[in-house]
Amino acid sequence: MLTVEGLCELKGYKCALLGNAEDEVTNCYTGDLLSDVMGNAEEGSVLITIQAHKNTIAVASLVGIRAVVLCNGRTSPEDMRKAAKDEGVTIIETKDNQFSASWKIAGLLGLK
Amino acid sequence: MQTIPINTYNSPAVVLELIYQIKIKDAMTKNLITVDENTSLRQIQNLMKEKLLTGIPIVNGKHLLGIISVDDIIQALDFGYIEDIASKHMTKNLIVLEDDMPISFAISYFDRFKFHRFPVLNKNKELVGMITNRDITNSLLMELNKAVANLEKEQAFNVDKKIINQVQSFTVKKHDFEEAGYASTQVKKFLKKSGFPAKIIRRAAIACYELEMNIVVHSEGGEIIAEFSPEELVITANDCGPGIKDINLALQKGWSTADEWIRSLGFGAGMGLPNVQSVSDDFSITSSREGTCVISTIKLTKQLDKEV
Repeated sequence: MLTVEGLCELKGYKCALLGNAEDEVTNCYTGDLLSDVMGNAEEGSVLITIQAHKNTIAVASLVGIRAVVLCNGRTSPEDMRKAAKDEGVTIIETKDNQFSASWKIAGLLGLK
Repeated sequence: MQTIPINTYNSPAVVLELIYQIKIKDAMTKNLITVDENTSLRQIQNLMKEKLLTGIPIVNGKHLLGIISVDDIIQALDFGYIEDIASKHMTKNLIVLEDDMPISFAISYFDRFKFHRFPVLNKNKELVGMITNRDITNSLLMELNKAVANLEKEQAFNVDKKIINQVQSFTVKKHDFEEAGYASTQVKKFLKKSGFPAKIIRRAAIACYELEMNIVVHSEGGEIIAEFSPEELVITANDCGPGIKDINLALQKGWSTADEWIRSLGFGAGMGLPNVQSVSDDFSITSSREGTCVISTIKLTKQLDKEV
């Protein structure tokens, strides 16, 4: 079983905000267009994106995304972390791009 | 504590109630075929074959004397006494149940003893029926069916009572990405609190969020109105213009008028209205220069197969 805490253990992945450490992650979605994420991401997913702002958390919370991985070295602004804390969504930051992040997380999910 | 084979201390109340409420007399077979003690085993064998029985009570009037089972018949054939009368070979040491006992007794008896059936006596020690595992399965299934139907009705009713005639409205401002998502979050929380299935909540959240973001991104501002009734949730999105030039294009996946700034925020994928349409049970849109009105209806009572 992969938890959001397990995601933070990837090398070079920094946990900017821990929502619910024990939340299980069962799938992954990669995308930067929030409507696309909204319509297609499954509940229980981790979202890989470059959208480092508050609205990403709103979308995550609405569709049941447990964690957001911010790529390309983007960092989460204060209001985003506050929203994430309120909604129990974890934020992870990495220098990896979306492709590398997707590949690594697919590995953790056993999807290779 | 008794285990039969469910335990009787922390199983669901509705199940425990059932096994104590159903009496053996409600479940047992009452139309018995019986014979007297002078009937020959051969006759009993033929009777079993004819009526498809595996055990026949031997009686004197209403008084139970014993039972002849298929096993007894096989023994008789094996050892050559099939022409003997029943009283010579019947099982006399019988374990019996009383008709007023709850069915839990019968279940535990079947668990404890190897018999396939138990004779049932009334208070006057008269034979009134026989009970088998099949009788228990049938009566339990029928009663469980009723009990679960009641539970479901009750649950639906509880949900209904909470949401009757609720209306929530939210003002949505132009380009206010700070507050964006507030209306949909409130609607989602309300549905969750009211105990709706996750699939329905997800559909409502998607419809509401997309409509809310459309007002933020594309309009001069407007409002989201969520009307809850026992049957459905109607989400109305009104804005103050400037209106959609070509509604058919706006409903096409991937078509967007959003500028670079909006796109950099993650919006303008051209999936907004198509997403709303796909999660709605009813969908309508009207637009003029004065404003756009989108109405999305999501049925709450029946869980539709619609997947998102």
